Amino acid sequence: MDVLQLFVSGLANGCVYGLIALGFVLIYKATEAVNFAQGDFMMLGAFITLGLTNDQFWGLPFWLSVPIAIAAMGLFGYLTEMIILRRMFGQSQVSIVILTIAMGFVLRFAAGLIWGNEPIALESPIAGKDVRFGGLVLGLDEIVVIAVTVISTILLYFFFNVTKLGVAMQAASQNQLAAYYMGIPVKRVHSLIWAVAGMVAAVAGILFASKGSIDPSIGLLGIKAFAAAVIGGFGSLPGALLGGIIVGLIEPFASYYIAAGYSQIMPYLLLFLILVFRPHGILAQIHRKKV
Amino acid sequence: MRTVFKTTYDADINLFRHGAQAFWYLSLLALMIVLPFILSDFAIGEMTNVLIWAIAGMGLMILVGQTGQASLGHAAFLAVGCYANVLLQEKLGLPFILSFPLAGVIAGLSGVALAIPTSKLHGIYLAIGTLAVSILVDDLIVIAEPLTGGINGLYAPTIDIFGIQFDRYGTPVRFYGLILFVTVLVVLAYRNILRSPLGRSFAAVRDSEISAQAMGVNVARTKAVAFGISTAITGLAGALMGHFSGIFNNETFTIIISIQMLLMIVIGGLGSIHGAFFGAVVIALLPQAIARVRDGVGALTGTSIAIPGMESAVFGAILILFILFEPMGIYGRWLKIRTYFELFPFYRRDMFRRQRSYLKTERMR
Repeated sequence: MDVLQLFVSGLANGCVYGLIALGFVLIYKATEAVNFAQGDFMMLGAFITLGLTNDQFWGLPFWLSVPIAIAAMGLFGYLTEMIILRRMFGQSQVSIVILTIAMGFVLRFAAGLIWGNEPIALESPIAGKDVRFGGLVLGLDEIVVIAVTVISTILLYFFFNVTKLGVAMQAASQNQLAAYYMGIPVKRVHSLIWAVAGMVAAVAGILFASKGSIDPSIGLLGIKAFAAAVIGGFGSLPGALLGGIIVGLIEPFASYYIAAGYSQIMPYLLLFLILVFRPHGILAQIHRKKV
Repeated sequence: MRTVFKTTYDADINLFRHGAQAFWYLSLLALMIVLPFILSDFAIGEMTNVLIWAIAGMGLMILVGQTGQASLGHAAFLAVGCYANVLLQEKLGLPFILSFPLAGVIAGLSGVALAIPTSKLHGIYLAIGTLAVSILVDDLIVIAEPLTGGINGLYAPTIDIFGIQFDRYGTPVRFYGLILFVTVLVVLAYRNILRSPLGRSFAAVRDSEISAQAMGVNVARTKAVAFGISTAITGLAGALMGHFSGIFNNETFTIIISIQMLLMIVIGGLGSIHGAFFGAVVIALLPQAIARVRDGVGALTGTSIAIPGMESAVFGAILILFILFEPMGIYGRWLKIRTYFELFPFYRRDMFRRQRSYLKTERMR
């Protein structure tokens, strides 16, 4: 029974990692850029919801503030791309990485300034309730997290592979110049994908905040989510979720079976081993570059 | 602009391009030597810090600026150099004059050991791999507590070279002199590497791995050598950092330091020794500058404003502005200003404009 509970809580954690990783992968898939501030986007989404919901701030009903927060993060992502990232168009990946790391610093500071640096809990209706399946006691928050993640991944997968906009996004990533010739508004597509990534980050943030209290430094969780994205295979949406779940499952089992101190390095050790032996992740999408 | 009339093949690879350049760099060196007689002890301490960061920056610059391999894990090698230096002195009783170069060698070898398995990675994947190493080393320091003291950390002893004491607080001027000496050695080594075939192969790998391979450069070996040299210099900087701060633990070398080092050389200007120094000035003096401004504003308005995390936010904002408006960093801005005056009145705004490139994916699906 212990094992099953560990499994479910690990799965729920992994789903949050997976959702943040989805944000990385979405942006990478459509623009070839890597957004290191995705974890901080998640933090911002969580704090906007918290600022709208909690009594000490605005005190709106939870189910009203969730759509507002998701829409606000969508707008935030859109504007970030339009104002900052668009100037970087056509520059090297590494300079975009550095830019987004710096953006993360600024966002973390801004959140601390607005909502304080102390941990706060979100007053969420799904927090702290139990569901019983026979003798098994599971947290309602964990089940909601898993369900929402699975649904959003399926939606995003179909969005990318079926809808016109999703295919346009893939085309814009595969060859920007050719996409221009085909009449795809590449710049607007880029802004839209950042908006989608912002919304996914908001969902991840709300789910994460439902599982415990948050403070501005949770944006650093992005590093773990990044590991998840790389383990799964960067550029693959199911891979991101798979990687997130693997990282999420390793953590509780490692701390259960291995001595403390060794257990926390397991996700990174796995990441390193994956990079060495299977450099492009489990669901690899890159093959050797040809001239 | 001074035109150099080249009469020998050596003119292309001389240490200085012409006499005036040699004159200016030697006067800069002379200024650095007489600095302790001008500045207070506190300011000398700050200058020492700048020089140590500059050494670390040069270490990373060889890898990122010259060879084009982004590393987000160099704090790990600062840690290796720092711990190796102090442990060699404490456990084996070696003198500083032996333990210091050995610390560089150990850091360099561990860099090569990292480069061999990761030689297939490039771009963003390499950055992630090195980031993982930085986190792993942070945790390994805690795990190897009997050796490293874990989170309690270690004390760095006072440096003793043939009976002469070098201590940051006791003899700050002498300590500064020692650091300056090491800095000059590293600069000379760096410059000489760039003038050698090795430096040219670094540049070839940076600009295109495929064409480097076609020209007969062994890409994997070149990368490994670049990693080794880079981490060796970083290790030296780490050893000096340990002596500078006196006490250190795993927290001294977190992933944040790795990120800061990369940001530092980007602000300074990638691909030049100058960039490492400009970046070091920014990163080492920014906390002081922010504190001064804060106190000044506080005195004006009669309130005290102390906001946690302000330093990294200001640092991040500066960096965003630089990447957007001056991607070549402080050194790039300096080059533009200099060219403006050299060519006056013929400077054109688009002289340094980079060609726009369109990205193509390497993914197949």
